[in-house]
Amino acid sequence: MSDAGAESLGALPVGERGRVVGFDLPPEHRQRLLEMGLTIGAEFEVVRFAPLGDPLEIKVRGYMLSLRKREAAGVRIVRI
Amino acid sequence: MRAAAPAREVARHVAIAGNPNCGKSTIFNTLTGLRQKVGNYPGVTVEKKTGRFFGSHGEPMELLDLPGSYSLQVRSPDEAVARDVLLGRQADVPRPDVIICVVDASNLERNLYLVAQMLELQIPAVVALNMADVAEKNGVVIDLMGLREKLGVPVIPMVATKGVGFIELRQAVSRSPLPPPAICAQMPIVLEREVMALARSLQVAPEVARGEALLLLTLHDQALEEVAHHERPVIVATLEAQKRLRLAGFDPLSAPVEARYEWIGEVCGAALHKGSVLDAHSITDRLDAVLTHRVWGWLAFLGMMTLMFFCIFTVAQTPMDWLDGACTAFAGWVGAHLPESDVRSLLTDGVIAGVGRVVVFLPQILILYFFLGILEDTGYMARAAFIMDRLMSRVGLHGKSFIPMLSSFACAIPGIMATRTIENRKDRLVTILVAPLMSCSARLPVYALMIAVLIPGASGLAKAGIMLCMYLIGIIAAFAMAWFFKTRILKGETPMLLLEMPPYRMPAFRGVAIRMWERAGLFLRRAGTVILALSILLWALATYPKPADEHASPAEALAHSVAGRMGHLIEPAIAPLGYDWKIGIGLIGSFAAREVFVSTMSIVYNVETKGKEDIEPLRDTMIAEKRADGSPVFTPLVCIGLMVFYVLAMQCISTVAIVRRETNSWRWPLVQIAYMTLLAWIGAFIVYQGGRLLGFQ
Repeated sequence: MSDAGAESLGALPVGERGRVVGFDLPPEHRQRLLEMGLTIGAEFEVVRFAPLGDPLEIKVRGYMLSLRKREAAGVRIVRI
Repeated sequence: MRAAAPAREVARHVAIAGNPNCGKSTIFNTLTGLRQKVGNYPGVTVEKKTGRFFGSHGEPMELLDLPGSYSLQVRSPDEAVARDVLLGRQADVPRPDVIICVVDASNLERNLYLVAQMLELQIPAVVALNMADVAEKNGVVIDLMGLREKLGVPVIPMVATKGVGFIELRQAVSRSPLPPPAICAQMPIVLEREVMALARSLQVAPEVARGEALLLLTLHDQALEEVAHHERPVIVATLEAQKRLRLAGFDPLSAPVEARYEWIGEVCGAALHKGSVLDAHSITDRLDAVLTHRVWGWLAFLGMMTLMFFCIFTVAQTPMDWLDGACTAFAGWVGAHLPESDVRSLLTDGVIAGVGRVVVFLPQILILYFFLGILEDTGYMARAAFIMDRLMSRVGLHGKSFIPMLSSFACAIPGIMATRTIENRKDRLVTILVAPLMSCSARLPVYALMIAVLIPGASGLAKAGIMLCMYLIGIIAAFAMAWFFKTRILKGETPMLLLEMPPYRMPAFRGVAIRMWERAGLFLRRAGTVILALSILLWALATYPKPADEHASPAEALAHSVAGRMGHLIEPAIAPLGYDWKIGIGLIGSFAAREVFVSTMSIVYNVETKGKEDIEPLRDTMIAEKRADGSPVFTPLVCIGLMVFYVLAMQCISTVAIVRRETNSWRWPLVQIAYMTLLAWIGAFIVYQGGRLLGFQ
């Protein structure tokens, strides 16, 4: 999978869908995201942001996961 | 090899494992009923829940409830226990004969991740496919035969909340023989070779070697350095294997995870059919649109917190009065039936009064646990953390620290116990250190007395206003200190937040009731041990040595006692705060528990009180109390300063004991006592001296 045209998860608005193509995160953070099912190739949808704008909630593998924008910025994605 | 167990009274040791929110506790509760035991694992403070149940032929089995976890690659002490039990490392628990892996059928893919790891451990497993009804309603069709075939272990569809599937589950667990799983996720061949090589070098039972090696290989550098279970050469070998894998183009931390999800993809592809997908989370979505809304979300949140505190402070009042009355009556009865002696005084003033003072808080603690249980069960807790995370991250903590701090408004002890879900050790420590700054219910009697002295006959509104200020001072101090610790002493990045937002569910009242029952037991046990011992100690300090004159008044006797002398001793230190040695005795008495201040002051000023409610005589005596120069002792500044002192000071021996246990050292409770005492002194100093500079009294 090419990274060309990849954006970060943190930049997506609510309602957008995307697919994970890579990570710019320290290994242990990457591992945790992977274990929660956000693997390369996984599709997700941005569901909502918290009232103060951070963290955000995504739907991945049929469940809801919330993470901070800081980590989301390190998840490279393509829109679908 | 498995340690040769002494003649076992149970046929099988069964462990129940699963992700948080998969319905694991409901299955545990239904299987064991009230045949449960709650204890602790040695050395750590993770709760150990076990229970008895009977197999399909009536054979007794021991069921161990493992803490809910997402992965065996552990991040919190809770998860570490789950891993250690499954690897047979936990000293007091035999390696389980069978694991019941509970999975949420409506969230199968991610739930299967832990199952994938379990299957690698070579322990016979049974998969309990819980919430089969929810999955069906969501339009998910699961091909059971296909799933069994792909997983290679028995799969039991269940609806635990409705009691469906338990007969089949018992049968599956009782089946004999129960072979270890034959299937698990295939690792890339390069990785598999390293795993096997490392496994051979490990000094562990052959059946766990592969699982153990895989876990080691997937640890990041820092975690590897902290591994204590293996010899140094093993760590070095692991680091070298990781280096070789990286050179071969495999990230040792990610490759196994990706291999497992690939396998899960195959399993789900074959066994999971998403039919006409109805909106899976429609009710949850609609509720979240309100409960995490930027306006309504806050209102709902504030409303819920208000309701909780309203119940804690008002609904609990009646049973608290009963308990208080019962204690007073019991002390009176003992007093009437024993001759005047030290023993009588020890029983009535020391034991019954001391333990009673703590036991009266039981209703509040039960109500707190009722609410926390409901909030947790319904899934709202995750939303509270979601809403609060931004604020908490400002001081370097995360949303999960919010619940312990909230609980600490009722009592710091459950609050500190609730920090166990915080993964990062430093964050957990910071949360523990600041939690007692939140005004707990034990401070209420002190606030009530001091407000009465400050403004006799204050209106309800004025009282509430002053109270609220005290709560705010505590909150601000807690956040400021959290920031201070996080940026100066326990430096660390703001931790990562990964929070599952489970669908809203009806709470399991039975489970909530069981938890309340357990908490009550733990609380009363503590009251019967630590508090009892300290009450006796405190009584002795306030009683001995006795004055030579037998007809000395209680106040003179107290002045003559060790406690009285200590009051004199600390007078120079508290004089800048405007306190005399009599208040000093009150402060010393409150070291064990804040609310003791009220009863100590009654003794100091020789006031007869009937129960806690009746503070008027004491109030009037305190207002009339004069210094040597004739000026009143309890000026407004002294009253406010005292309240601020009580907001900030660490005066609770039970909290000290629990912090010692939770942090496993005396270092942190001592740090906590030191910094909070200093903070309290500075706070009271600023109020008193600052107020005087501004011309107040």
